[in-house]
Amino acid sequence: MSDTSLDITPSRFDASSVNGTGGVDDFIALMKPRVMSLVIFTAFVGMVVAPGSLHPVIAAAALLCIAVGAGASGALNMWYDADIDAKMQRTAARPIPRGAVSREEALTFGTILGVGSIICMGLLVNWVAASLLALTIGFYIFVYTMWLKRSTSQNIVIGGASGALPPMIGWAAVTGTVSLESMVLFAIIFIWTPPHFWALALYRSRDYERAGIPMLPVTAGPDATRRQILIYSLILAPIGLAPAFTGLGGTLYAVSASLLGAVFVALAILVYIRREGKQAERAARRLFSYSILYLMLLFAVLLVEHVADSLIFAGA
Amino acid sequence: MELTEEQKTRRRARSIAIAWALGAMVVLFFVVTIVRLGANVANRSF
Repeated sequence: MSDTSLDITPSRFDASSVNGTGGVDDFIALMKPRVMSLVIFTAFVGMVVAPGSLHPVIAAAALLCIAVGAGASGALNMWYDADIDAKMQRTAARPIPRGAVSREEALTFGTILGVGSIICMGLLVNWVAASLLALTIGFYIFVYTMWLKRSTSQNIVIGGASGALPPMIGWAAVTGTVSLESMVLFAIIFIWTPPHFWALALYRSRDYERAGIPMLPVTAGPDATRRQILIYSLILAPIGLAPAFTGLGGTLYAVSASLLGAVFVALAILVYIRREGKQAERAARRLFSYSILYLMLLFAVLLVEHVADSLIFAGA
Repeated sequence: MELTEEQKTRRRARSIAIAWALGAMVVLFFVVTIVRLGANVANRSF
């Protein structure tokens, strides 16, 4: 895989919207609430499985800061990418291309939320968690959105680091440190990101091509993308099991992660085999949908196991 | 520029949401301060 040679000099989107006319729902949409929900959930699990305890009010404050920080990243991403969002079917209805919110408003909104969430995290929780939150937002905006997304087919491989950080922030909120266990949670999401996004890119490649984004199916072709999806899935399945070996997960987690990982690989194999027509698209769509379920279930099992252990310990 | 009635309604809803958010932040800082001080709140010397 090599970097793209596409000329994708950003031509800034000329929004025709008027400042101050967007509604609350438009600003909520700027925060990418669906992405935010996965971020909050993984951060929450990182918080629950971390050793030690946190007062419920401070835990809620930490989650709120993470949620707002994630929302800020979404808003700043939409500010910078307004030009390409307008060209893609999947993103054309976002608030800026639709004219509901101006780019200027999105930039102000995202900056205030981003800076505010980091300061609040530092003051209310701790500065290690605040630093990780700053790293997450900064990496997503400056490294992924502004640099990698338009310049290399490895954009989501490296950029995926920002989406993988929330469990580490949750962990740091409780412990005030970064540890091997929290890095394992980071690694799971980091390796999960490429097959997740490439499955989407496979059936949205025309959209990406039109917008000039060098996603792997555009620069290297669908077959190379299928091969990469399979390779990453084969790496992901054993990494998904890693928490069982670091003491974070127990027997239930080991069994669940094995089964979930096996299904992930099986669906990746189907994507690899089915290369033509509707069957190929269906296989990619199925893998994309399952990848979300996979991550949710993996973290949900960790959560259930820890809550169950705590209840048993409390009852003993 | 004259705003339409719908635009005015949306702007008003947005202003209310900002007010609620700022209020919630003040309450959050107050509650976390109390939680962090804990029992020490009652132990201050006059």
